[in-house]
Amino acid sequence: MPVYSEKVMEHFMNPRNVGEIENPDGVGEVGNPVCGDMMTFYIKVKDNRLEDVKFRTFGCGAAIAVSSMVSEMAKGKTLEEALKITPRSVADELEGLPKQKFHCSNLGAQALRKAIEDYLSKKKKGGKK
Amino acid sequence: MKKVYLDNASTTPLLPEVREAMLPFLGEDFGNPSCLHDWGDTAREAMENARTEVAQLIGADAEEIIFTASGTESNNFAVKGLALAQQNEGKHVVVSAIEHFSVLHSAKTLEKWGFELSLVPVDRYGVIDPEDVRRSIRKDTVLVSIMHANNEVGTIEPIKEIAKVAKERGVVFHTDAVATAGTIPVDVRELGIDALSLAGNQFYGPKGVGALWVRKGVRILPFLDGGVQEGGRRAGTENIPAIVGLGKAAELARMHMKTRIEHLSRLRNRLLTELPNKIDHVVVTGHPQNRLPGHASFCVEFIEGEAMLMLLNSQGVAVTSGSACTSRALKASHVLIAMGLPHALAQGSLLFSFGLDNTSEDIDYVLEVLPPIVDRLRQMSPLYAKFTKTSKGGQ
Repeated sequence: MPVYSEKVMEHFMNPRNVGEIENPDGVGEVGNPVCGDMMTFYIKVKDNRLEDVKFRTFGCGAAIAVSSMVSEMAKGKTLEEALKITPRSVADELEGLPKQKFHCSNLGAQALRKAIEDYLSKKKKGGKK
Repeated sequence: MKKVYLDNASTTPLLPEVREAMLPFLGEDFGNPSCLHDWGDTAREAMENARTEVAQLIGADAEEIIFTASGTESNNFAVKGLALAQQNEGKHVVVSAIEHFSVLHSAKTLEKWGFELSLVPVDRYGVIDPEDVRRSIRKDTVLVSIMHANNEVGTIEPIKEIAKVAKERGVVFHTDAVATAGTIPVDVRELGIDALSLAGNQFYGPKGVGALWVRKGVRILPFLDGGVQEGGRRAGTENIPAIVGLGKAAELARMHMKTRIEHLSRLRNRLLTELPNKIDHVVVTGHPQNRLPGHASFCVEFIEGEAMLMLLNSQGVAVTSGSACTSRALKASHVLIAMGLPHALAQGSLLFSFGLDNTSEDIDYVLEVLPPIVDRLRQMSPLYAKFTKTSKGGQ
């Protein structure tokens, strides 16, 4: 078993915001099963704020904890604030990640960014909101 | 909390009788077997008894046994030592695609040293076709090394047939029997092989000790240069407590092999049958029948092994996985990939390996705790969500 921080274990054992949002405003998908981890983030945006964030993750303990943490960090934030979430800040909030897991499993911030970009590009095209 | 150890493929526990046999050599009987006094005599006698026991386990002569520090060392010694001793005759070696890394990486090292390497493929059960070995052998082939059984998927290889092919072509044949020696009957003469590796911690002996058997008359380059220990082929003061433990474990394995196999096969068969009935979308990996007695391996679709391992561990169940995330190299098991499994499926690998202490209640417990764990991870999995959507759409 890799040496995970208590915070990682806590988020892995009790992940927050698991699931899918019906009619999401944005969806972001990253990773592939060859490297081991896949994450899909769903967001609901209201008045430029992330009203709801949900995710689904295929991957190891770290990948699940990262997803949970990102969803918690992002919820309620403005889009600008949420875009400032980085792999480093996620790892810090989780009280560290094992070195070999930092790159492969730490895709949450990227998936969230993709979901926000998805929302912004839909909005640009004259979609809803 | 209930504790269930189902990772005997990683290491078996030490049997109390083995520990007892070792203890004097961690205490008053501390002598160096190379020395010509009473202390030396006691150590030497114990070591030679152990050598005889190990030889009897595999149908060999005691003088053909070289003690090493692990199965990995035995494999390194064999692959490099047998190839290098014959490099004037040729520089080509043949190994299978599913060998343990101690064989595979030794062969890759030979490649760096100017040898050429051929990898023999396996079928979807992990079985090696002797004809594929035949096709891989060239005029300059000096060594074929194929494992007796695979440690990850449990498949037992047709070693006798493969050894025959090597012999017909006059090529030295080594087998990594770390997963089989001490577990199922192994007879080096009957198999018709030239060299064999085994390890103590696979059959209730201590860690840090193994053996390499090399048939009399087969040349091998010494692994460690120094004194004349182990016939000058593996210098260094011998690890007497561990060697004595290995000898005792070999003796017990030989005496109780039949009942052990019956016990382990019963447990294995039950899990192989019942787990796929309890959980949908689970595939058995390895050969369905021709496999190690205590070995039940699966791939659980749509989820990843390390997460399963962690949740099982939180329920007191110890197993192992070949997923990328559980390996330090972060690569999915080369064995499962060589068998043609897709990467996503290989990520869900789980290996249960039974031991003498396990009972049918342990399986009851696994069958109780694993389904909710799988369910929980699938609820989180984007692959499972996609699967359920498409299968609904298809109806």
